Amino acid sequence: MNPSLKWKAVFIVLVILGCVFGLVGRPAAPTSLGAIRDNFANNIKLGLDLQGGTHLVLQVQVNEAISQETDQALDHLGTQLHDKNIRYDELRKVGDTQILVHNLDPQSAAALRDIVSSNFPDWDIAAAAGEASGYTLTLKPSTIAAIQDQTMTQTEDTIRRRIDQLGLTEPFVAKYGQGDNQIIVELPGEADPSRAKSVIQAGGQLELRGVVDPNPYPSDTTALAAHGGVLPAGSELLPSKDVDASGQAEVYVVQRTPIITGRDLRSATALPSTDNPGAFEVSFTLSTEAARRFGPFTEENIGRPMAIVLDHKVQTAPVIQSRIEDQGRITGRFGEQEANDLALVLRAGALPASIVYLEERTVGPSLGADSIRQGFQASVVSLLVVLVFMVVYYRLSGVNAVVALLLNLVILLAALAYFGAVLTLPGIAGVILTIGMGVDSNVLIFERIREELRAGKAPVSAVDLGFKRALLTIIDTHVTTVVSAVFLFVFGTGPVRGFAVTLTIGLIANLFTAVYVSRVIFEWHLAKAPRQAALSI
Amino acid sequence: MEFFHHSVNIDWMGKAKYFVSTSLALLLIGAASWIYHGRTLDYSVDFKGGTLVDVRFANNPPVDQLRQGLAKQGLGDSVIQKTSDIANPNANEVLIYLQQHGQDQQALDAGKTEILNALHATLGSGAASESGKQDFNAASPEAIAEALVRKDPLGLGAAAGDGYAQLAKQIVDYRDHNSRGVVANLDDLRQGNIPAAAVTALGDSFYASPFAVVNVEIVGPKVGAELRRQAVYVTLYALGGMLIYIAFRFEWVYGAAAVIAVFHDVLITLGLFSLLHFEISLTVIAALLTLVGYSMNDTIVIFDRIRENTRLMRREPFADIVNKSINQTLSRTILTSGLTFLTVLVLFLMGGQVLRSFSFALVVGILVGTYSSFGIAAPMVVAWNRWKGQGAIPVTKDPEPRSATKFGRGEAPGRLAPAGRR
Repeated sequence: MNPSLKWKAVFIVLVILGCVFGLVGRPAAPTSLGAIRDNFANNIKLGLDLQGGTHLVLQVQVNEAISQETDQALDHLGTQLHDKNIRYDELRKVGDTQILVHNLDPQSAAALRDIVSSNFPDWDIAAAAGEASGYTLTLKPSTIAAIQDQTMTQTEDTIRRRIDQLGLTEPFVAKYGQGDNQIIVELPGEADPSRAKSVIQAGGQLELRGVVDPNPYPSDTTALAAHGGVLPAGSELLPSKDVDASGQAEVYVVQRTPIITGRDLRSATALPSTDNPGAFEVSFTLSTEAARRFGPFTEENIGRPMAIVLDHKVQTAPVIQSRIEDQGRITGRFGEQEANDLALVLRAGALPASIVYLEERTVGPSLGADSIRQGFQASVVSLLVVLVFMVVYYRLSGVNAVVALLLNLVILLAALAYFGAVLTLPGIAGVILTIGMGVDSNVLIFERIREELRAGKAPVSAVDLGFKRALLTIIDTHVTTVVSAVFLFVFGTGPVRGFAVTLTIGLIANLFTAVYVSRVIFEWHLAKAPRQAALSI
Repeated sequence: MEFFHHSVNIDWMGKAKYFVSTSLALLLIGAASWIYHGRTLDYSVDFKGGTLVDVRFANNPPVDQLRQGLAKQGLGDSVIQKTSDIANPNANEVLIYLQQHGQDQQALDAGKTEILNALHATLGSGAASESGKQDFNAASPEAIAEALVRKDPLGLGAAAGDGYAQLAKQIVDYRDHNSRGVVANLDDLRQGNIPAAAVTALGDSFYASPFAVVNVEIVGPKVGAELRRQAVYVTLYALGGMLIYIAFRFEWVYGAAAVIAVFHDVLITLGLFSLLHFEISLTVIAALLTLVGYSMNDTIVIFDRIRENTRLMRREPFADIVNKSINQTLSRTILTSGLTFLTVLVLFLMGGQVLRSFSFALVVGILVGTYSSFGIAAPMVVAWNRWKGQGAIPVTKDPEPRSATKFGRGEAPGRLAPAGRR
């Protein structure tokens, strides 16, 4: 045998070994047939459509975060104008990204520009259209993009942390689609998404705020009336979580700035309540830094209530009994699961913006099992038909095709295993097209070889010319299809991508098996056979 | 073994007008069906939005009773459809579709809840669930394990946690795999080697409803339209990419012809979907993309041969070259198409309900895709050449030797001066 052929054979064997290892040799070397099967099932991950589970697509309302940024800037600007004694008629938000300063004292125009340029680097200022002395502050597009980005990342992380704590098997959370602020959550094997959904959706914004007025009021109007129509500076009204008999929520007057927020929490745990037997509560620990703020605050306010606010609702307003350093608890007649989920949400942090569900799909495990069984049976039957036919039609050369096709499948599956890609129903469509094109490559080559043989060429040169001529066609068809697959991968989402991935891998594998491996087998066979022996094709 | 003797000699281009009329007829039938059905295709819930619940029954589903039950719950506008499956005629499965009510996105799953409530109310399992029992067919392995640990029917004591988790897995496995998701009667579990004591204990916490929900799809209204738009764009981008590559390797007219032929295949397939009431879902889009790839492959094989033959047969009329090329590749066309067709036919017959629409698209696609290569793409190139008023031409790229055909050698391949005009 010539040496280059030997090295080619060694290379092919190495590829095969690498693939087999990727499929059944990980994570631990198998010692029994059962272990081989387990490893295989472990390495080939099935999509939700085949395995069963829940798939959720949700949209993050990013505009809320942007609007919040504008609100804060509005507050901030108001204080600064007030501090510098700059007069104006009105300061108001326009849309989510603009602030209008209406009728500014003309002499203060330069002062306003100064304030904006030195203290509001994220804002552009311009004269307001159609106003003599009005100015518009606009949030810079780069800042908007940054907020958008940050909100998406933070939401994704928060959702992931929350889902991870539910203890489900291999949940998957990622950004989804082409920039529509979508996130996908996949929960394999989970047939009832309701708990996951409520955990994802929970706001989880915890704040501890000072209470300005120890009395709760039955409604906003009575609360306002009690303060002569104007709330004390830096305070606002917040509804209570509990409603009274008439369905009205009590209203508290609380400080606008929280002393402690969810970010200051170091841990949160659900515990059986000491005051209400049977009920649960959530106790939390603050970070050292927050404890340094909390200690003095509680000391100053002994005997006065403090509001525990969750998602802008006053959960409870207990009276501070003594100086508290770093411990607290949220009581409120929670059930066990409710308390557990609240503790989980607090630990995982708050969502920066609310979310809306766009899609929910649940595939029951029995349907997934059916699809796999039927799909598998159909694939095996059709593959057998193809293989038997190839051998009958091309005789010994058909065996080449069989080896090439099987090896193609092995490489394709191994590549999926190495990349950790997921096999879905559309992915199987990609596999079918791969098999189709694999058969085609072999047929193209063999028909060419037959043509050359008919033209009177000796087997060695017929094989050589057959491969050479067919190669050009095979490259054209493969590259065209891979080009389209790349487009599908770049512009498509979910299912279309799965198709593109298996197709691309399959076609690359096919170039290797149908052209390279098959040729090596031919050459090896020809090298052994007497020079003028007929080729079995 | 050989199907053909190598000297087939069919005048394909002489029959071009028959091919074109056949294609036009098929396209017209498809268009007529599309117009007749209100200018819309039979979109699945993926594209039209709404709620689709797939319910599997232990026995023959009481469709009329269900319809009445749903109407009673104010879901009169829901559509109930019994699935039929050639391989599995007794699938006992029902699909219930409900359009999105209003625009309330917060309650995306409201439709699902309503349908499930109606099912429970109609099928008389309401009484059982009121007594505090859970539906066994909807129970998770964790819930089953928990119930067993509480009763400890096998007296496992300290090992209860792991032991019953194992048993629960076995029970659920029996339910989902052996029993296809629905256990009509808890006693049936004994056939799955579940200890009788455990089955009795389960009876204290669970009841078996006569159905199980095996699949739920809820798609918001905006998403449906967006997915539809995206599917169209993605397909067009992919076609554009192919057009550019083929134009680069051959001549632009070849790229245009191939893409038009593929487009023709997609339209005819969609027409048949409309005519035969197959649903267009996201998976069908993957099948359509497969057919695009397949048809393109077939066309390129013939084009490649035309390119090669143009170099060898400079004096012959272009139509003859094309005929010869098709005849030379005929045996590979029949083999490849035949085998691929067989593959997808098996998938269509055996692949089950989930793959039905998907494999139908492929079955049609392989037939149309093969036909369009010689019936549409090749005649278009011939017609173009005739219209340009010259005999043999444009493709000129010398395919050999390989080393000389590398890209980026100054001139793009296929752009060399036409052989016929030299």
